[in-house]
Amino acid sequence: MTLNAGLAIETNGLVKRFGSNVAVDGVDLAVPSGGVYGVLGPNGAGKTTTIRMLATLLEIDGGSARVLGHDVAKEADTVRSKVALTGQFASLDEDLSGTENLVLLARLFGFSRSAAKARSEQLLTAFDLVEAGPRQVKTFSGGMRRRLDIAASIIVTPELIFLDEPTTGLDPRSRNQVWEIVRALVAGGTTVLLTTQYLDEADQLADRVAVIDHGKVIAEGTTGELKASVGSGALHVRVADQTKRDAAAVLLGDVLGVEITRESDPAALTARIEDPQRVARALPALDDAGISVTTFALGQPSLDEVFLALTGRPAESEDDQEFVKETTS
Amino acid sequence: MTSTSVQSPSVAPAVSDVLQLSGPRPARPNALSTSLSFGWRALLKIKHVPEQLFDVTMFPIMFTLMFTYLFGGALAGSTEAYVQFLIPGILVQTVVMITMYTGLTLNKDIEKGVFDRFRSLPIWRPAPLVGALFGDVVRYTIASVIVMVLGLIIGFRPQGGFVGVVASIALLLLFSFSMSWVWTMFAMLMRTEQAVMGVSMFILFPLTFASNIFVDPSTMPSWLQAFVNVNPISKLVTAIRGLMAGTVELGDLAIVLGWCAGFILIFGPITMRLYNRKS
Repeated sequence: MTLNAGLAIETNGLVKRFGSNVAVDGVDLAVPSGGVYGVLGPNGAGKTTTIRMLATLLEIDGGSARVLGHDVAKEADTVRSKVALTGQFASLDEDLSGTENLVLLARLFGFSRSAAKARSEQLLTAFDLVEAGPRQVKTFSGGMRRRLDIAASIIVTPELIFLDEPTTGLDPRSRNQVWEIVRALVAGGTTVLLTTQYLDEADQLADRVAVIDHGKVIAEGTTGELKASVGSGALHVRVADQTKRDAAAVLLGDVLGVEITRESDPAALTARIEDPQRVARALPALDDAGISVTTFALGQPSLDEVFLALTGRPAESEDDQEFVKETTS
Repeated sequence: MTSTSVQSPSVAPAVSDVLQLSGPRPARPNALSTSLSFGWRALLKIKHVPEQLFDVTMFPIMFTLMFTYLFGGALAGSTEAYVQFLIPGILVQTVVMITMYTGLTLNKDIEKGVFDRFRSLPIWRPAPLVGALFGDVVRYTIASVIVMVLGLIIGFRPQGGFVGVVASIALLLLFSFSMSWVWTMFAMLMRTEQAVMGVSMFILFPLTFASNIFVDPSTMPSWLQAFVNVNPISKLVTAIRGLMAGTVELGDLAIVLGWCAGFILIFGPITMRLYNRKS
């Protein structure tokens, strides 16, 4: 592993058009070596198209991209020898067994027949797929497919791995396994570029995040920086008695001087905080008014809130209903 | 599935280990070895989905029996006499028709995620396609053997002997491999397998029927004769009749080999260009 402090990925004004539709519209990325870089955005934002250009699967229509120091367009073959791709839809042969998939790919990397077999067994063991190995991949569960897919990407250890929405459609247990695997890859020295539409996934895994919307990077930084750019934090309050929520909202609005948001949870209120000093006054005020609370927490805003603040609309994730809210005027 | 593995232990330590275990990276395999690996993939697919051999077993039997007994009496006086003329031709027709499935299969296959992985590997670029064609050559061989065995059963007696028959099949396989690059091109161009099928039929029916497979072209009107005589299928049938009868002329062989080279040199690069640009 090279301990290169340089950039793993660098793009300048990357553009991809499909007919009149501009899928990627001038994306600039600077992904440091090592760690996880998250590309966050809703469906259709241009995440997959960007990854496909970086992995040499799509021609670039404008701008330039260097991956591990090599120009993606001019040195595609060198790039291919250093990166691995795990696509959004399992990049496996469904008709073949798990073992056959791994042996085939190992052979393509130049392993001898016996070495390919041995490497495939190592990988199946490590990814808890020994029993499934002889079965056709089409019979695998979503989580098993994902694990096999990632196993197939590390037959030879890549310097950089692209994971395109690695946990989309997985149950929570399988998702946690994939997260563990990603952390193990990073610990082994591989740089991971991960796309996701799950805000908590970026929060959990990524050191830095680029938020993409309509083919453009609309924000970039550490998750902490992104959250800080939205405001100093968010106050989350749950009242013990739901009927007192409206009264609490009015009171908090007066004390804090900011907009109070009523969540879909009938007992919950949130407020974006600009002046943390005022929060200290809010709790005694609620107490004086005889409103008891079960939660009174000041925290960093979630990435959901970041996305809302950046785009003026919620992220189009399965959490949509969280943004169905009324605001006090 | 998930019910059987109640509580799986953390995979992370094992994954870290397996990253360490990868050892030195092996040398990059050459173009032939890479293509053969993809050929192995095609054979594995036959193993897992043997139904796909239906076309290479049923087509040859149907074509051979149908045309022999349908036309034999009318065209040559008797089926015995017609079989001597027809079998080399029907062998060509059967196998050439089956090459159509190369395009269909590839069109379907390439839409799947696994081609993204193949295309992201540091390998000789045409290998996935060449390997698929290697797998198809196995299918063509099965079809050829079926036609020959059936032909021998119903009375075909090749004067060129075993060597002549083997050489005929070898030439036919080479021609089919070469012509398949036309179908790989259409597989890249067309959006659906139905479209690939439609175009393939549109090309293959005139090529195989407007040829010297079924009848001697001298009875045809002159404009049709002109087409039949330049048709590469006619050239191939002439060469194969020669090999099977032990009277092949080198000029006929050279023309067929020229067509083979032409197919690969023209349609191979076009296919690869489309393949590389395919999104």
